[in-house]
Amino acid sequence: MKENKLRPWLLLSPSLTAVFLLLVVPVLFVVVYSFWLRAPTGAVIPAFQFGNYARFFEDLFYPTILFRTLRVAVICVFLCLVMGYVPAYFFYRSKSRYRRALILLIMIPFWISFIIRTMSWINILGTTGFLNHTLMRLGVISEPLSLLYNEAAVLMGLIQYLLPFMILNIFVSLEAIDKNLLEAARSMGCNEWQAFKEVTLPLSLPGVSAGCLLVFVLTAGTYLPPMILGGPGNEMIANLIFKRVIGTLDWPFGSAISVILLLLLGCIVWTYNRYLGINTLFKAFKG
Amino acid sequence: MKKQLKDVHERHLAGDLSRRDFVKYCALAGVAAGLVGGPFSMMSKALAQGSIRFDGWGGTTSQAFRRHAFDPFTKATGVRVIDGEFGDMDTYLTRVIASFPPGGEFNLAHLSGVFDYARYVGLEFHSALDESKIPNLALVMESMITPYRKITPNALSAVPYNLGQTGIAYNTKYIPKEKAEELGASLLWDESVRGNLGSWGEWRTNIWYAALHTGQNPNDIQDIKAVWDALRAQVAMVKKYWGSGAELMSLLAGEEIHATVAWSGRVAHLQSEGYPIGFLAPKNCYSWQECIFVMKGTDLNVAQQLLDFMLAPEASIAVAEGQMYPPSLDPSKVDLPESIRKLPAFDPTGKLEGYLFADPIYWNSKQVEWAEQWDRIMATS
Repeated sequence: MKENKLRPWLLLSPSLTAVFLLLVVPVLFVVVYSFWLRAPTGAVIPAFQFGNYARFFEDLFYPTILFRTLRVAVICVFLCLVMGYVPAYFFYRSKSRYRRALILLIMIPFWISFIIRTMSWINILGTTGFLNHTLMRLGVISEPLSLLYNEAAVLMGLIQYLLPFMILNIFVSLEAIDKNLLEAARSMGCNEWQAFKEVTLPLSLPGVSAGCLLVFVLTAGTYLPPMILGGPGNEMIANLIFKRVIGTLDWPFGSAISVILLLLLGCIVWTYNRYLGINTLFKAFKG
Repeated sequence: MKKQLKDVHERHLAGDLSRRDFVKYCALAGVAAGLVGGPFSMMSKALAQGSIRFDGWGGTTSQAFRRHAFDPFTKATGVRVIDGEFGDMDTYLTRVIASFPPGGEFNLAHLSGVFDYARYVGLEFHSALDESKIPNLALVMESMITPYRKITPNALSAVPYNLGQTGIAYNTKYIPKEKAEELGASLLWDESVRGNLGSWGEWRTNIWYAALHTGQNPNDIQDIKAVWDALRAQVAMVKKYWGSGAELMSLLAGEEIHATVAWSGRVAHLQSEGYPIGFLAPKNCYSWQECIFVMKGTDLNVAQQLLDFMLAPEASIAVAEGQMYPPSLDPSKVDLPESIRKLPAFDPTGKLEGYLFADPIYWNSKQVEWAEQWDRIMATS
């Protein structure tokens, strides 16, 4: 009996060890660092004080950037949802023999480095990039449009990165829907739209909520698209953490910002769980 | 071990290798590859007897080092030089601090700026070189050695290697040379470049040029508020703050930006490729020098031998031609070729009079406060 109780833990122990060493311990390090001090040379001084947290809130600068990050994350979630549902639904309904190949296409961007994918927008949207070049050759515009180094360009980079996560989550959820339910709805008088609204959409919500949460969390912690595609004023909180840690060797303050971001995202996930139910995510993954 | 491998091979040929064993050996091979290669390889190689680690800027610079200094050095001494690369100084310093023991995984590094030398000394990563074992150090400009001696009077922990300037690059298709020269540093605040202006995201360079624009000595800024006001005004004009030399070159070559602060060597590269880019070194232009720094714990005999090899005129000149920054060699002691003499920032006198370098003590003491204030201005545009 005792052996049976231990067995799951024994089986789980490699994973738990990995999670503990690669996730819990580093996070604990960050938490400990957040209470330390930075010496004038850039070295760290062990201490226990809340000065780094107080510094974050001493004026509106850091909270403003944090709010900007959350705002961009919400916009990104919305755009990914709108852009992601349609292809996911198409894959679900498609009877084409190329369906698998089409789904594979969604995965292809993951085979290319994220940096390369982000940088490629410069060749497309730049002053001498493909789009401006084509429009000028066609005589649509006489001067190149300024399409890069603004929030729209940052969002484009983020969507390119995160859209596959949204599509795949929704698709997995849609795939789990018994198509007989749609037939039943149609036989009871529903038209296509009503069947979608009354059956497909509600049953796909677990995938939608999983995708939204994933996209939101990943956006809030990303720093490459703002760095490469953003202009002045488009920085997000991860960019500031990078600057504090790397630029000024202020590891304690950088850690404090990281902990604040972690707590905030933790609160959002908790609230999400409270009102939408985190178990919907598991349903989505189980299919 | 060899016998075990042979047994496994025979079992495989006989079709007697179970799926479980196959997975087990794959996992073992993966672990072995992970330990021998990847991040562990540099460390283990550097720790191996008869090798030393050198971290530099990569690209053409590393190639020049490899061909003209490292390979001949290995041939002459049998000591291998393990190449490492970094993208910028701050990231590298973070890696050095994060190594275990701090700095212990690194030996030599191509550091930028005397302020970096001061930072490494402040963090106690420095060593004490025996100059008598680096005879070629006598060929180096005394004016480039002096700043390091001021920080470590007892012994150098580095040898100066090259110098450069952060001046202003401008596209001559849009900005005439006469106009650029007339405006000087204020070109970066001229309305004609609004929306087509670039800058480096680094705090020091921006504050330096704002000091010049407001008529102040960058090494003794009296009215910092005027500097912040100038930078606030400029941020609204800037299209992109670049983060690397490659990005700088891409922005200029693609005409995304028409003017920016820029590193002299990178501009020289663009000019050599035929791009219509001019380089302006206004009065009190930001000059800097790079050195080869030796970390604490390094085998000094090997390091000194390598430094002497790197400072030998043939190696030093070849590296300078590759990276397009003038070497630290004194033109009055070494006959430098025309290719070096025409590089931006080259000083034929070797005295560097009129070149303004960042005062390391002044700038390092301001780093935390000014870097953060600069981030605030840039981020809330």
